[in-house]
Amino acid sequence: MSTSDKSKKKGYSFTKDMLFSALGSAFRKLDPRIEAKNPVMFIVWVGTVLCTVISVVGIIQGTNASSWSFELQIIIWLWFTLIFANFAESAAEVQGKARANSLRAMRDTVVARKIGANGTIVKIPSSKLRKGDNVVCEAGDIIPGDGEVVEGVASVDESAITGESAPVIREAGGDRSGVTGGTRVLSDRIVIRITADPGAGFVDKMIAMVENATRQKTPSEIALSILLSSLSIIFLLAVTTLYPFSSFIAAESKAPNILSIIELTSLLVCLIPTTIGSLQSAIGISGVSRLMQKNVMALSGRAIEAAGDIDTLLLDKTGTITYGNRRAVEIIPVSGIDERELAAAALGASLADETPEGKSIVYFIRENYDDIQIDNQGIFVPFSASTRMSGIDRVGADGAADPLRSVRKGAFSAVQEYVLSLGGNLPKDVDGICERIAIKGGTPLVVSVGVHILGVIHLKDVVKEGIKERFARLRAMGIKTVMITGDNRLTAQAIAAESGVSDFIPEAKPETKLDAIRKAQTEGHLVGMIGDGTNDAPALAQADLGIAMASGTQTAREAGNMVDFDNDPTKVIDVVEVGKQLLITRGSLTTFSIANDVAKYFAILPAVFSGFYAGKSALSGPLEALNIMHLATSHSAILSAVIFNALIIIALVPLALRGVKYSPSHGATGILRRNLLLYGLGGIIAPFVGIKLIDMLLVAIGFA
Amino acid sequence: MNSSDIAQLAIVGISACILAPFLGSYMERVYAGKPHPLAFLGRFERFIYKVTGIDPHEQMNWKQYTVSLLEFSFISIAVLFLILVGQGFLPFNPQKYPGLAWDLALNTAISFVTNTNWQAYSGEASLSYLAQAAGLAVQNFLSAAAGMAVAVAIVRGIARGTDSREGLGNFWADMTRSVLYILLPLSLILAIALVSQGVVQSISGYVPTLSFEGKNGLIPLGPAASQIAIKHLGTNGGGFFGPNSAFPFENPTPLSNILEMLAQILIPFAFPFLFGAMVKDKKQGYMLFMVMFVLLSIAVWGSLTSELRWGTLEGKEYRFGKAGSALFSVLTTITSCGAVNAMHDSLSPLSGMIAMFDIMIGEVIFGGVGSGLYGMLALVIVAVFIAGLMVGRSPEYLGKKIEAREMQLSMIAIIIPNFLILVLSAVAISLSAGRAGIANSGPHGLSEILYAYSSGAGNNGSAFGGLAANSVFYNLTVGLAMLLGRFGVMVPMLGVGGSLAAKKRVPQGSGTLRTNTLTFGVFLFFVIIIVAGLTHFPALTLGPILEHFLMLQGVKL
Repeated sequence: MSTSDKSKKKGYSFTKDMLFSALGSAFRKLDPRIEAKNPVMFIVWVGTVLCTVISVVGIIQGTNASSWSFELQIIIWLWFTLIFANFAESAAEVQGKARANSLRAMRDTVVARKIGANGTIVKIPSSKLRKGDNVVCEAGDIIPGDGEVVEGVASVDESAITGESAPVIREAGGDRSGVTGGTRVLSDRIVIRITADPGAGFVDKMIAMVENATRQKTPSEIALSILLSSLSIIFLLAVTTLYPFSSFIAAESKAPNILSIIELTSLLVCLIPTTIGSLQSAIGISGVSRLMQKNVMALSGRAIEAAGDIDTLLLDKTGTITYGNRRAVEIIPVSGIDERELAAAALGASLADETPEGKSIVYFIRENYDDIQIDNQGIFVPFSASTRMSGIDRVGADGAADPLRSVRKGAFSAVQEYVLSLGGNLPKDVDGICERIAIKGGTPLVVSVGVHILGVIHLKDVVKEGIKERFARLRAMGIKTVMITGDNRLTAQAIAAESGVSDFIPEAKPETKLDAIRKAQTEGHLVGMIGDGTNDAPALAQADLGIAMASGTQTAREAGNMVDFDNDPTKVIDVVEVGKQLLITRGSLTTFSIANDVAKYFAILPAVFSGFYAGKSALSGPLEALNIMHLATSHSAILSAVIFNALIIIALVPLALRGVKYSPSHGATGILRRNLLLYGLGGIIAPFVGIKLIDMLLVAIGFA
Repeated sequence: MNSSDIAQLAIVGISACILAPFLGSYMERVYAGKPHPLAFLGRFERFIYKVTGIDPHEQMNWKQYTVSLLEFSFISIAVLFLILVGQGFLPFNPQKYPGLAWDLALNTAISFVTNTNWQAYSGEASLSYLAQAAGLAVQNFLSAAAGMAVAVAIVRGIARGTDSREGLGNFWADMTRSVLYILLPLSLILAIALVSQGVVQSISGYVPTLSFEGKNGLIPLGPAASQIAIKHLGTNGGGFFGPNSAFPFENPTPLSNILEMLAQILIPFAFPFLFGAMVKDKKQGYMLFMVMFVLLSIAVWGSLTSELRWGTLEGKEYRFGKAGSALFSVLTTITSCGAVNAMHDSLSPLSGMIAMFDIMIGEVIFGGVGSGLYGMLALVIVAVFIAGLMVGRSPEYLGKKIEAREMQLSMIAIIIPNFLILVLSAVAISLSAGRAGIANSGPHGLSEILYAYSSGAGNNGSAFGGLAANSVFYNLTVGLAMLLGRFGVMVPMLGVGGSLAAKKRVPQGSGTLRTNTLTFGVFLFFVIIIVAGLTHFPALTLGPILEHFLMLQGVKL
């Protein structure tokens, strides 16, 4: 898929500057006030500081002459563990900020032309703008802040945010009135009402979302923190009570209690879930960054999680599933009428119709009947919603209107009424033609000249290319798609079948969306919805995931919890995938982290307990039997476990930033099975291999 | 293993598996107030409500339910304490036993109300018939009923639909129904069967005898069979006589041995099926049953293997043999029953460790009546949470979202027993008051202490033996373990039930984690093993594992 190609290009490249910046920040985060925010890593911090103090005092007093090199190595690796953990978070922050910062830098220097109280224009820096101020922007100006066009129309270059070079039209009043600070006006003059105070705009929110300190934790993140803290408490209990137990056994076996604070700390650090504990915030931040790479701005972390959860998606037919405008695809004459005669009349009747449908008829006839002459003599009757017809009133030689030659094109009922009022009658087959078109999901427009109905134009909603595949993918993810349309049931049914949506709601009124969302929610569904217009705002606010188009009205943008800068409604698939990936990555790394502990027990416990009941001749006692990895010495065993524990954090940073792969094709149980094998079974096996290799290496280079 | 051992194992296992589904669906009808075969006892039920002024239709929320449970339990402790302290002044005391010391009475009162039935006393040598029958036997019924009621209330919370008028049920009605329709009828059947095998049931005084060596002795009697039936059915385990089911008057024949083993696993086996019926998804119940059954099978296999290979007959009844003792030891520790037919500290080190680990793992492998289900549900919630994340949905169990509050409460329910076992053992082994009780030196001494607090905090009540537990120190610390080990799990889990009851049910879709599949069962199995294993493996290494390797090396301690 193109999005994954894009992310490879744009995504996870890490420049040297970013690396240094992340490293610097990793050291700054050793501050206990920052470490204390992560309970798991705070336990590591306290243990590390304690060990450092004890060991340094020991070296000064000369009490640890035999073991100081071992102690020093352990302490160094404990500090590395902390720094690696901080680095994971910093790396995610740096990556996210790199993108957000370029946006911020761009608009810090903008001069805004504010419209003063008496209509005069005052130049002020954009940082002084307040919500509600009106500013003027002309061709070449950078828009000083997020706002809404209240006057005029202009083409705007939004490439700074979206990366798309094609300019977009922004105009007052419609559903395309929203503008974002930092984008550039290319033509014309618009007046913008600023809708956000400085520091509260979208870009500022983006930056806040990628800084861990200001990021709000999502519900599942909070629950996971509770789980990790609780596991840490259990391990803290298991390790601290081990000291009195081993003192007792030591006394009984007449051996010294060989358990030192350093060894207990090593055991504790290896057992508590440091892997997921240190990567947890990086995963959360990277979720925000990955959405930004797809040009979607989440207004809260909660929204990203909700995205992974939605099981029902409400989509407007127009603009989302179809290209939005119905197009003429064929003309069908009634019996006895020549097709070319109908084509000429249809062309004439549509010349006065400025709507996209009307234009598509003109285009269709010109393309397919190129020798037909345009007869535009007479008075144009433009299309209107009340008459539901357009046409040309022909004028006779005497200058008076000649209704019998006038052409009309319009809805069947309107044309029928018009023809009957002139004293004409209906051809027998027109009813059937219209019905056949409607069944196929098309819209029939009837063409008449004077009292005669000549035939029917078939207008069709054209479904976007590739939409069927996207819906299939959504269905595989377990998401039901519901199309909402104002069309009648027959038309809606045809489009639904063609596009592959799971369900549809025909003849929808503006409030139907809100009702549909509420109904689905009371049934327990989590509903996603995409919208741009002001009348979408209540539905966007009610939906669990409301994606507003950046081009949409300010009301819509504020009502949703995500903004899509590409204005691409099918983007929802990417959004859902990022949300799911975020949860999967957390779950998988938690499993991995806990599974790792099994091997660490078999490395450390025999190492610290092998002295018990060692006979006079033997170096190690009966518990050496648990040293199933045959690690060289007790020091090398403990050191290998601690080193493995630190290195695995760094090794998994790329995975945390990229996210665990999500493939919906296997269903929930299939995904669980795959991830359990990979991260559960893998998590049990990997440290056995890793610790053994590190142990061999330590022995080879003489460090243990 | 000889053929009679195999027959015993097969009879107990197969008959429990056949009876449990029927009992489970019967219990579902009882608790839901649907028609059932014993409904003719309804007049007694209504009579009880009338006398006590209970409105059985009054729905309680989780706080009201918890308050009722705690009120009831603490009043029970107080009453039982007074009976035990004052038995010297009360009737039905043919041996004229004086009241128990305050610390022993308190320990015993907590022990029986919390369904632990840890016995720091020896029944036939210190308790009157009144204390046994009106005090202990009554609590055998009530403490079992309380555990069942709480489990049912929690499941109602999980299963509850959108009707907010429904609560978690009515504590008093659930208690009454548990006793009247489930525990009493089963006890009656079992008591009669046990009497037929020769278990004593008498209120006469002890019979004086002259032994072959010419010494004067007393043959203890008492209303034993009635109490022993509920001792097993209610996973209480407190024997009428000190040696518990090793004593011929309590467990005279191979058939009585089979019946007692079957009785202690019967209701716990039925609970997963009750769960499946209550949440209207039988496969959920099968899944939980399978996970429990696999854990049980591994424990039985391990214990039998170790016992047959390394065990001796010291401390065991020759009648039951090594295999019969090992099987009983597993069935009594997985279910939190705590009855014994052999001294557990005479089991081979690894069999003893398996018995201990069965308790340490929490009331998960079937567990006590009711308590086994909610003990398991705490771990299910942890497993659902991790697995739910792994499939990319914010986690949900049976359509209810698992969020911070459920996680917090479940983890409290998991941490508290582990905290009690580890910290109290560490305190005991560090203090001379604690070390004074140890009978054996070396790792076995550590095992004795670990086992005692596991048994208390896990509400099991079996003793490893060896430890002299009737001291002020042990009476109070084990008492604390029993009290917190019971209510420290019950109350948070009721909170989980209450919290889930208030949640909307999310319909299942293809993206939803299925919790009734083999995949989830395997994951749950590993979560249970790894969480319990990681917590207790270090201490067990210094206890039974060290002892095992010392034994293999032939080291004499």
